[in-house]
Amino acid sequence: MKMGQFFRSMPGIGLAAALLIALPFVAALGGQAWVRILDFAILYVFLALGLNIVVGLAGLLDLGYIAFYAVGAYTWALLASPHFGLHWPIWAILPLGAGLACFAGVLLGSPTLKLRGDYLAIVTLGFGEIVRIFLNNLNAPINVTNGPQGITLIDPVSFGAFKFSGATQILGVSLSGPQKYYFLLVALAILVIIINVRLQNSRVGRAWQAIREDEIAAKAIGINTRNLKLLAFAMGASFGGVAGGIFSAMQGFVSPESFSLIESIMILAMVVLGGMGHIPGVILGAVLLTVLPEVLRYGVGPLQMAVFGKMLVDPESLRMLIFGLALVLVMRFKPAGLWPSPERQRELQETGK
Amino acid sequence: MDIFLQQIINGLVQGSIYALVALGYTMVYGIMGLINFAHGEVVMIGTLVTITVAGSLIKAGMPVALAGLAGLMAAVLVCMALGWALERVAYRPLRNAPRLTPLITAIGMSIVLQNLAMMIWGRNYLTFPALLPKIDFEFAGANFTAIQIIIVLVSAATMGGLLLLVYRTKLGMAMRATAQNPAVASLMGVNINRVIAAAFVIGSALGAVAGVMVGAYYEIAHYQMGFMLGLKAFTAAVLGGIGNLAGAMLGGILLGIIEALGAGYIGDLTGGFLGSHYQDIFAFVVLIVVLMFKPSGLFGEKTGDRA
Repeated sequence: MKMGQFFRSMPGIGLAAALLIALPFVAALGGQAWVRILDFAILYVFLALGLNIVVGLAGLLDLGYIAFYAVGAYTWALLASPHFGLHWPIWAILPLGAGLACFAGVLLGSPTLKLRGDYLAIVTLGFGEIVRIFLNNLNAPINVTNGPQGITLIDPVSFGAFKFSGATQILGVSLSGPQKYYFLLVALAILVIIINVRLQNSRVGRAWQAIREDEIAAKAIGINTRNLKLLAFAMGASFGGVAGGIFSAMQGFVSPESFSLIESIMILAMVVLGGMGHIPGVILGAVLLTVLPEVLRYGVGPLQMAVFGKMLVDPESLRMLIFGLALVLVMRFKPAGLWPSPERQRELQETGK
Repeated sequence: MDIFLQQIINGLVQGSIYALVALGYTMVYGIMGLINFAHGEVVMIGTLVTITVAGSLIKAGMPVALAGLAGLMAAVLVCMALGWALERVAYRPLRNAPRLTPLITAIGMSIVLQNLAMMIWGRNYLTFPALLPKIDFEFAGANFTAIQIIIVLVSAATMGGLLLLVYRTKLGMAMRATAQNPAVASLMGVNINRVIAAAFVIGSALGAVAGVMVGAYYEIAHYQMGFMLGLKAFTAAVLGGIGNLAGAMLGGILLGIIEALGAGYIGDLTGGFLGSHYQDIFAFVVLIVVLMFKPSGLFGEKTGDRA
């Protein structure tokens, strides 16, 4: 971005910043639960952008992305909880979690990246399940992960004496725990967005897009497809690792249940539904798919009471039913996603339909 | 030794069920390149329909065998209709959409079907009516039941029927032609829409048969049972080389046997470090190892990347 351009877009940026700062206070009016939902929306933005590097930019279908998130989450949980009696600082764990997730990505990627699209999808899916099954069962004979019960009392994020859990007064404003996490997550998300934008227009990013469009042609013009695909995998995985660490700290509790296949699928749905490879679209997808089920959770029950005067169907299943239908309908009427990149939209129109 | 034989038999039974479900995946994939994630849910609905129909007929006083047969027929019909509707409503409008779009639709349909089933049948486990008397056989120290024999026989017959259909009839020829090249097939007068619909309907019918057998075997059913079953079956299809009918059958049986043997021997192999609850890992580990050495599955043809 040139300087002049930057100053011209200042009012827009200022407005967005004001909205982002005001949001957690507005949400708090509806209760801290809504602030937590906001936190999760941003955490998912973070995850979806990480997966977007793999799926959207490099075109590698990854159905086991949650495994890297799990690696990050358990790294934090094991090194900062009474489970092993360790309480490492964030400066040590977060990079370690990212590094381990990155290592897992390379470990999975190096033997499998020569596979065709859908074969890669099922292998990554299998990898995700393997990680989850191990987390579930590594409580015997040596108790590493505490099995299905998970790990509790995980340390919150803290910088020195400043803890992110519980309420504090800052400059006369009272901030709750979720609100503090919100600002931390927004800062991280902005960082990830900047990295994504910079990557997209970099030499590496263009090489990824070339691989996505036509791997053989990319190879022919001298792109080292194997290494670049590995790099995409490793980068996506590291983002997953960082997000997992924050998740662990924010929740104070992790169990294998949070890392099931459906989670991987949800993150993929965010990327595709929003508009694959288009950063604003992916952000939109992540926010929508996190907030929609929650809005339905609070909306479906009372709505039934208002319309029919009694609960006709179990609100929990009705909510998921509507959610599934929403996925189907969006794909039906917006096959390229809700907010696809302009180039992609043009391509689709050119192929006729 | 008797454990070995016992696990082979158990694996063969489980494997035939995988194989039937895998055929549904592989037919749809071979013809349209789509992973139909909702297929496991079709199988689940087959099981639950049988429970309702056979259960109420037995209560009404119908002989058990007849009620079971009626349940099976009902399941097959409902699932065929469901498969047809899925294709018509959800997938057909997306035939020229970007590659991942129908995948998300499939996931959406899977969520919809699961929750519909939960609304209809509730969230509790349902017991499958006992359709067959419990007869045990013994062979060289291994035990097996009448149900197990029937499952293997019915699967074999169903798969034989499918092979005849695909390789001996005009519809089958049209299906193979469409799988090779839809555009050219349609130029030769093949009605692509009909062929794709047929693949969904036939796959769903096989899924319904598998669903009834799963129910009869485990005597229990649940609205979430389709997901893991579908996942394993899909793994089997990929293991055999997705898009390949014989591959799906052999992949399914192989997967069943590997899982059973793995569960039986993992404790001994790892000196008691890993127990049989790691059973689910085998499917995926074998899959990854096979694909590392044979990137298009055990029996898959080498194909270029269709991107």
